[in-house]
Amino acid sequence: MKRFLGFVKKEFLHIFRDYRTLIILFGIPAAQILIFGFVVSTDIKDAGLAILDLSKDETTRKISGKIYSSGFFRNTGTLNGYNDIGQVFRQGRTKAVLIFESGFGDKLIKEGRATVSIVADGSEPNVATLVSNYASAIISDFNREMNLSLLSSSPVVQPEVRMYFNPSLKSHFMFVPGVITLIMILICALMTSVTITREKEFGTMEVLLVSPLRPIQIILGKVTPYFLLSFINIITILVLSWLVFGLPVKGSLVLLLLETMLYIMMSLTLGILISTVSKTMQQAIFISAIGLLLPTILLSGFIFPIENMPKIYDYVSSIMPPRYFIVIIKNIMIKGTGFQFVWKETLVIALMTILFTVISVKKFSLRLQQ
Amino acid sequence: MKEAVITVKNLVKKFGSFVANDNLTFEVYKGEIFGFLGANGAGKTTAIRILSGLLKPTSGEVTVAGFDASHRPEMIKKHIGYMCQRFSLYEDLTVKENIMLYGGIYGLDTVTIRQKTNDLLERLRFSGYADRVIAGLPLGLRQKLAFAVAVIHEPEIVFLDEPTGGVDPVTRRQFWEMIYETAARGITVFVTTHYMDEAEYCDRVSVMSEGRIVALDTPENLKKQYNAESIEEVFIRIARPEKAMID
Repeated sequence: MKRFLGFVKKEFLHIFRDYRTLIILFGIPAAQILIFGFVVSTDIKDAGLAILDLSKDETTRKISGKIYSSGFFRNTGTLNGYNDIGQVFRQGRTKAVLIFESGFGDKLIKEGRATVSIVADGSEPNVATLVSNYASAIISDFNREMNLSLLSSSPVVQPEVRMYFNPSLKSHFMFVPGVITLIMILICALMTSVTITREKEFGTMEVLLVSPLRPIQIILGKVTPYFLLSFINIITILVLSWLVFGLPVKGSLVLLLLETMLYIMMSLTLGILISTVSKTMQQAIFISAIGLLLPTILLSGFIFPIENMPKIYDYVSSIMPPRYFIVIIKNIMIKGTGFQFVWKETLVIALMTILFTVISVKKFSLRLQQ
Repeated sequence: MKEAVITVKNLVKKFGSFVANDNLTFEVYKGEIFGFLGANGAGKTTAIRILSGLLKPTSGEVTVAGFDASHRPEMIKKHIGYMCQRFSLYEDLTVKENIMLYGGIYGLDTVTIRQKTNDLLERLRFSGYADRVIAGLPLGLRQKLAFAVAVIHEPEIVFLDEPTGGVDPVTRRQFWEMIYETAARGITVFVTTHYMDEAEYCDRVSVMSEGRIVALDTPENLKKQYNAESIEEVFIRIARPEKAMID
C-alpha cells in the first residue's frame, strides 16, 4: 500500500508540475461549458427583421409593433418594394422579411382573412426555421387576441403548447449535459492514454514493471489522480452551469455523482485501452482526440437526434458510451428521474467498463510476452 | 566455494515457433561483474527479462536470488535492481523526489529513505542538485543517479541493460568506478553492453549468438582461447562472424 501511495503521489507531482496538463484538466472544461452555453445557442435574440408594408394601416402597424417589442427581433429596415428583399438579405443583417399585402387591414375586416408573408434567409436553414417559427408564433398570438376582442362567433381550436421540463426551451438544457458527456470522456481517455504511453516512451515503464509494483498497481496508480481530479472537475462544471446558466439538478445529486463516477471510470478504462494499442504519445492523442471527439459530437445524440439518423448510424452510435451517458445525465438533471429510468443505460456503461478492462489486461500481458 | 546468485539450467524461451533462448545454462556468482554480450537480436533482452521476472521461461530452471523465475517472479522483483539505457528517471521530478519515489516503490521506510537520500547525494556530490528537476541535468549525472537509484534498496543483483549508451568516455569511466564499488559491497552486477572495452572490465563475460551462449569465461581466458588481442576481436570472431553488428 505504501508503495502504491508513493506512486500516486508521483503522479500528482507530474500533473501539478505541468501547467499544460492543468489547463487541459481544468481550463478547457470550464471554457467549453461557457463557450457552448453562450455561443452555441439555438435561441433567437434580436434577430434582424425588415418589413415590407404594402398596406400601411393600423393593423399592420400593430403587428409590426408587437413583433419588434417581443425581444426576439430588431428592426433592420422598412422596405419599399419587392426588389429590396434580395438587397437586404445580401447585406446580411436581416434574417427575415415580413410582407403585408396591400389593403391588409381592410381585407381582414371585410373578408375575415388577410395574408402576411414571411420570407426568411434560406442560406442559413436553422436560423431561417427558427426565425419563421418565432414570427409565426407572434402572429398567431395576435390572431388569438383579435378573435377574443371581436368575440368571434366561429369556434376556433386553439392548441396550447407547453414544453415540459424546459418551458422556455433554453438550449443550455441541451448543451450542458452534452458538454459534460463530451468533456469527461475526452479528458479522461486522453489524459490516461497519454500518461501511460509517456512512461512507455521514456522507458520508465520498463523500470516500473521490473519493480515490485504489480501491473495493476501501476495502472491504478496512474488512473487514481485523474479519477479524483475529474470528479472535482465535474463538480466545478455543475456549479458553473448552475451559477451562470441557472441549470438546476432536478433529480438526486447523489445519483448524478455516482453515475458520473461510473462514467469517469469507463472513460479511464477506455484511456488505458487506447494506451495499450498506441506506441507513442502522438498516437494516443490522435486516437483519443480524433477518435472520440467527432463521433461523440455527431453520433451520441449530443446535437443531432439519434431518431433522425439512418439506421446504420444508429447502430454505430449504439457502441458509443456517450450516447448512454447523455440519456442518464439528461434524465437526472433535467427530468429529475430516478434510477429506475436509467438503469439500462447504467448497465451498458458498467458492462463497457468491464469489457475495456478485460481487453486492456489481455493486451497488456500480451505485450509483456513480446 | 563461490556462491551462485543466478542459476540457469537448460533455459528455453520460445515465441511461437521462434526460439529466442536456446538451452542456456550458466551461473552468476555473488559479488561478480558479469558481462552479457551479444549482437542485436541474439536473445539478450529476452534472457534479461526472464531473469528479472518479467517473462516466464518456456522450459528449464531459472533461480534468481534464491527464487524460482517460473513460479515466484514477484519475489525476484523485490531482490533485484534494474536500470536500462532508455532513461529511467522522471524528468519533471527533482533529484530528491526521484530517489524518494524509487525508495518508496522498493518498500523502504521513510526514515531509511531520507537517510539513504542524504548519503547518496553526499557520495555523488549531488547535494547542490537535490531540488533540481532531472530535465536540466547533464546525461552523465543522470545515468549515475539512475544507477544509484537502481541499487538504493541494496538488492542482491542489479541488472544494467546498456547503462552507458550515449555517455562520454570520462563519464563512462566514472560509471564503471561506481559499478566496481557496488560489486565490492557484495551486489552482483549483471551488465549488457555494446562497448567492447567495457567487457574487459568484467570479471566474466558471456557471448550470445542466435539464442545460445557460445562463450563464457574471464576476459583473459577468452582472449587466450581465441588467440585475440581484445574482447572486441573475440566478439567479432564468435558472434555472427559473417555479419557482425556492433555499434
